[in-house]
Amino acid sequence: MTALIASEKLTINRPGTTEPVLRDVDFHIVPGEIVTVVGPNGSGKSSLIRALLGHMPLIAGRIDRRAGLRIGYVPQRVQLDRSIPMTVRRFLSLPRWVGGQVAALALARTGVAGLEARQLTELSGGQFQRVLLARALLHDPHLLVLDEPTQGLDQPGIVAFYQLIEEVRRQTGAAVLMVSHDLLVVMGASDRVICLNGHICCEGTPQYVGNAPEYRALFGADSKGTLALYRHHHDHDHDHDHDPHHDCADHGE
Amino acid sequence: MLDDFLIRAVLAGLGLALAAGMLGCFVVWRRMAYFGDSTAHAAILGVALSLAFDLSIYAGTIATALAVALLVSMLTSRGHAMDTVLGVIAHSALAFGLVAISFVPSARVDLASYLFGDILAVGRSDLLWIWGGSFLILGLLCWRWQNLVTASVNEELAMAAGIDPRLERLVMSVALALLVAIAIRIVGSLLISAMLIIPAATARRFAATPERMAAIACIIAALSVLAGLWASLRLDTPAGPSIVASAAAFFMFAQVFRSH
Repeated sequence: MTALIASEKLTINRPGTTEPVLRDVDFHIVPGEIVTVVGPNGSGKSSLIRALLGHMPLIAGRIDRRAGLRIGYVPQRVQLDRSIPMTVRRFLSLPRWVGGQVAALALARTGVAGLEARQLTELSGGQFQRVLLARALLHDPHLLVLDEPTQGLDQPGIVAFYQLIEEVRRQTGAAVLMVSHDLLVVMGASDRVICLNGHICCEGTPQYVGNAPEYRALFGADSKGTLALYRHHHDHDHDHDHDPHHDCADHGE
Repeated sequence: MLDDFLIRAVLAGLGLALAAGMLGCFVVWRRMAYFGDSTAHAAILGVALSLAFDLSIYAGTIATALAVALLVSMLTSRGHAMDTVLGVIAHSALAFGLVAISFVPSARVDLASYLFGDILAVGRSDLLWIWGGSFLILGLLCWRWQNLVTASVNEELAMAAGIDPRLERLVMSVALALLVAIAIRIVGSLLISAMLIIPAATARRFAATPERMAAIACIIAALSVLAGLWASLRLDTPAGPSIVASAAAFFMFAQVFRSH
């Protein structure tokens, strides 16, 4: 399968500096795949997302997008301001107007049907994340990009949210690229995990990365057991042909 | 009919109310209250320069307001904190303006009219400027509406939708400069940002969507103009401050109602 979006030897600087935050990153995601990027703070996870979305200048390397690629995006930490009145319904029509039926369908799909008239600021954290996801789904994206989508949710909320992501993938066939701090929970929900620390330290299936020495060096050996918290249900038929590989010995500088 | 100074004052005030009500919402949403103050205070410098070089007051105030907006974005991009930059610029622009105006003998006499407005002295050509500017601001905001609202909610979401937040900030700066120019004859440099913020802040309590808030803010601004002019005639008080005082009264009254 051809990649929806791919990078080759991608190098970008930390915003406003000449210090590289990512070096030589080869990345790709194919239709229907769930890929999770994990890594410590400052490892360049969000920068990778922004670069792939075209919001950051490239220092070296290239990014190829499939022609006509539609991306649905849920940014990190959307701070809502009480000063701007905004119903859920109105929010879904930003910046492009959508019809009432389309809006209702998107909300139903993410499990928040009927919230149209509520103010965004009145929603719980979990409801708001689902509204953001509904908004990202409005224009039939080929790829969903979620930057730490479960910040501020409790453990059951996090597990439920990732179940919803899998459900959305199953229904729409959209590929999903996520950045996450909820290491082991999110890894269980993924087809492929990329462990990032300025460069790709290791990548492969969740099981492989969870056991990889590079991953353990970054996150600690005792982090393994909690993987059982979430069992990934393989109710889809992707060929897991990407051989896990690791290409670095020098991490965590 | 336009011969009557009161009719001209009402028309001028309503022209301002329309633009200030709508633009004021963005000032409140984007937390630009202090930014509005800076551009408004810079207008005094613009008045001094216009009088010294015999230019139109409107052209002079638009130019200085734009220059100040540019200066602010330049200084903040150099790493100064926004509120510090605005604190420096708002007050130094006013100070430089007052110093500059002292060199223009003709202006020293009606300094107060530029600081607090002189709506009762508005002439026909002023009306043309005020309504022309007001329509320009409304047109600009309506044209960019969806993008501006999206960028005001969240810049990351806006960028992902292909909107350049820097362009929307520029639109805001231009609209503010225009508004300062049309407002200086009506409420004066010191009270311009009050006309932006108070009606919008009052409307917030009654609105569920951005569009409704903008519409209500325009109505409240218009009512403030009418009430202020009426009070000014009845009580022989200065018109500009009376308009702002009426807006403040509406704001206090609105606090009685439950917030939306």
